Amino acid sequence: MDILYKPWPWYVAGPLIGLTVPLLLLMGNKKLGISSTLRQICAACMPAHIPLFEYDWKKDGWNLFFVTGVLLGGFLGGYAFANPNAVALSASTVEYLKSQGLLDPMGLMPVELFNWSSLITAKGFLLMVFGGFMVGFGTRYAQGCTSGHGILGLSALQWPSLVATMSFFIGGILFSHFVLPFILAL
Amino acid sequence: MKNFKYLFVGLFFGLALTKGEAISWYRMQEMFRFESFHMYGIFMTAIPTGALSLFIIRQLKLKTFDHQPIEMPKKEYHNGIILGGLIFGFGWALTGACPGPLYAQIGSGSVVTIITLASAILGTWTFGKVQAYLP
Repeated sequence: MDILYKPWPWYVAGPLIGLTVPLLLLMGNKKLGISSTLRQICAACMPAHIPLFEYDWKKDGWNLFFVTGVLLGGFLGGYAFANPNAVALSASTVEYLKSQGLLDPMGLMPVELFNWSSLITAKGFLLMVFGGFMVGFGTRYAQGCTSGHGILGLSALQWPSLVATMSFFIGGILFSHFVLPFILAL
Repeated sequence: MKNFKYLFVGLFFGLALTKGEAISWYRMQEMFRFESFHMYGIFMTAIPTGALSLFIIRQLKLKTFDHQPIEMPKKEYHNGIILGGLIFGFGWALTGACPGPLYAQIGSGSVVTIITLASAILGTWTFGKVQAYLP
């Protein structure tokens, strides 16, 4: 039964993630792309006569079922059958995080950063509220995220998706090296 | 409820993301600092798997299970690919999550990520509001 709780190595998780692409196409000519659901929620809840949100979002209703499934998958893999051990990070990452004042890694998220009471601190606000805002703003501006461009677009050998994925990584790498340490030190 | 089946595909995708630890804030920091192969291994196996499947679908001219044609994904270039991509990258480093993992993080018990998701929705809304003024 141990196997249910263990994390999966990259060579198991990666191909399964990739198989989502043909699965969605074969089931109904659907394109993997999760940031679209953020647009759908805007269109459904507060379109406010903004052209971007004046479209037939119900046509893409399947995607809202899909992300409900993603949430349930997170519950199954990360809560019901959660790995009891810490994420097997490299020693240098653990050392770096400790030097930034983080506790020993536990679970998938550092609870000392991501919790309700830290939301009203500068650090928590930047990590969750400001970070989330940039995820939503940036993915819509780029017309896709790691799933739509990184997995689907690259699988379809679309060069704009390669530029997009490189931009995602350059943004992430620059930010985590040069800005994040200052935020964690707050 | 013809869309209900996609909940199961999402569950499969979410489970693979979660068990592969691709929703972990720790793993993202490790990836951006080039300190482990783990996340790169996920990308480097997921993309060829997708590419090979698309190749097979195209070569065998496969149809959907209900005999509809399958269109290949096409992505157009525009300025937002780079500018928006960089902005998303900054947010990715902060939250440790792309949009998909945001949903999975909430399911995995990080309930406060609902706030991050709500903020991402607000970010998308704000983009819609100011889109006309952006390059």
